[in-house]
Amino acid sequence: MKAVRQALPPLAVIFVLLAAWEASAKWDVLADAFTIRDFLIPAPSDVAGALWEFRGVLWDDALVTFSEVVLGFGIALVFGVAFAVALHLSPTLRRAFYPLIVASQTVPPVAIAPVLVVWFGFGIAPKLFLIALICFFPITVNTLDGLRSVDPDLIKMLRTLGASRGQTLRRAEFPWALPFAFSGARIAVAVAVIGAVFAEWAGSSEGLGHLIQVSSGQLSTDLTFAAITVLSAMAIALFGALALVERLVVNWREEPAR
Amino acid sequence: MPTTVTTQEATEATGAAVRASGLGHSYGELRALEDIDLVLQAGGVLALVGPSGCGKSTLLEILAGLREPSEGTAAAGVARSAADRLERCALMAQRDLLLPWLSAIDNASLAPRLAGRPRSAARAQARPLFERFGLGGFEETRPAGLSGGMRQRVAFVRTLMAGKPVLLLDEPFAGLDAITRAEMQSWLAGVLNEDAHTVVLVTHDVEEALYLADRVAVMTARPGTVATQIEVPDPRGADRAGAVTAPEFAELRERALRALAKGAGR
Repeated sequence: MKAVRQALPPLAVIFVLLAAWEASAKWDVLADAFTIRDFLIPAPSDVAGALWEFRGVLWDDALVTFSEVVLGFGIALVFGVAFAVALHLSPTLRRAFYPLIVASQTVPPVAIAPVLVVWFGFGIAPKLFLIALICFFPITVNTLDGLRSVDPDLIKMLRTLGASRGQTLRRAEFPWALPFAFSGARIAVAVAVIGAVFAEWAGSSEGLGHLIQVSSGQLSTDLTFAAITVLSAMAIALFGALALVERLVVNWREEPAR
Repeated sequence: MPTTVTTQEATEATGAAVRASGLGHSYGELRALEDIDLVLQAGGVLALVGPSGCGKSTLLEILAGLREPSEGTAAAGVARSAADRLERCALMAQRDLLLPWLSAIDNASLAPRLAGRPRSAARAQARPLFERFGLGGFEETRPAGLSGGMRQRVAFVRTLMAGKPVLLLDEPFAGLDAITRAEMQSWLAGVLNEDAHTVVLVTHDVEEALYLADRVAVMTARPGTVATQIEVPDPRGADRAGAVTAPEFAELRERALRALAKGAGR
């Protein structure tokens, strides 16, 4: 009941916006007043129509983009966490590599995407590289922050109980850093979708980014908007799935006190 | 002085379970401890009281083997180096430091787990202690679901299960409310009467020190040193309220408080 009441205001806002959009695109009076043409902004009903009409191609392209995002994110997760642990264990490594990690974030994905196509061709490799590059930063930095924020008294306590460095990492630092790693991963998965679109624009023959590029070039804006809708739905679904996994894994935070 | 089997070898080797000789410690320019001489026989309970910042916790960390003193020596039985003392001493801090993602019993059985024992064996070892310390039924509860007193008892079980001959307690009840603290003091008195343990207890509570310890070392303000030591003839009486209001207790209390006041004014 509470969930319904909380969901009501945003749903109402979305509904009103969609209705206004539909009205301004469909009523000739309004459309003429704003000089809106169908090929510039299709009405939501046209987008819905395109979603249904082109469901086959949308589904195929969504699968392509989805696998790029999941694989690229997965690569970033494995390398990001491993890198964070390495930087945590060695202050020398941390001083040496930290500026490089920050620098990696200052490279604009749009600029580097064409270069990656030159290097890796039109296959999935340049997409994975770009997505992993974008995802790597929030995962590594958040996980490292988590590892470093462990209560020092906790470490002392484990030492007096005879814990080795590896045991301290596994028993205390790793679980402690988990919520941090998860918030980094949530940011990463949201930007991963953007990375996938840039990578597909730079050179590809399939995927939602490719579909957006082609359809807008042909002035089929209803299909473009349909592809964008699928893309955001995908990002929201991935974000939500990650939040769900976090709630299942980091399950010690919301236990009622007796 | 009573002795226990567990610390007999330590006593034989050096004559004391815990010893500090001419011990001093500095943090850079800051002089934390100076010329500390303390001896504790196996099975004895020694309390250290002193004003905040007198280096009590530093002294305990040195005894525990978490650091080496700048001067003098610290020994736990035959163990003289920090690494060896770490093997012989278990430290319990003011905060329970329970891992929030583990159940109470998994927290308590951390030491045997770290030593490589299987989880079921470690838990089986902890279970009787849970029953004995009034934690029965809360084995699977996470720390967030336990009261402050229960969390502290779980931390105590964890410290006991390290199986070290010397227990170092650093203001173990300071974070609790007055009523719970009094309860925990009687509880600990009962535990120590039942099974002799060699204990160094750091506290800023004179009453707690005189009630629990055989001997109370009063420390002065920074640099911390031992001003005087007070022998307690009959500690850990079953009736805590009666014990701490007895005339003899009041007399010891006055001596300790005067020593504290004198030391703090240095």
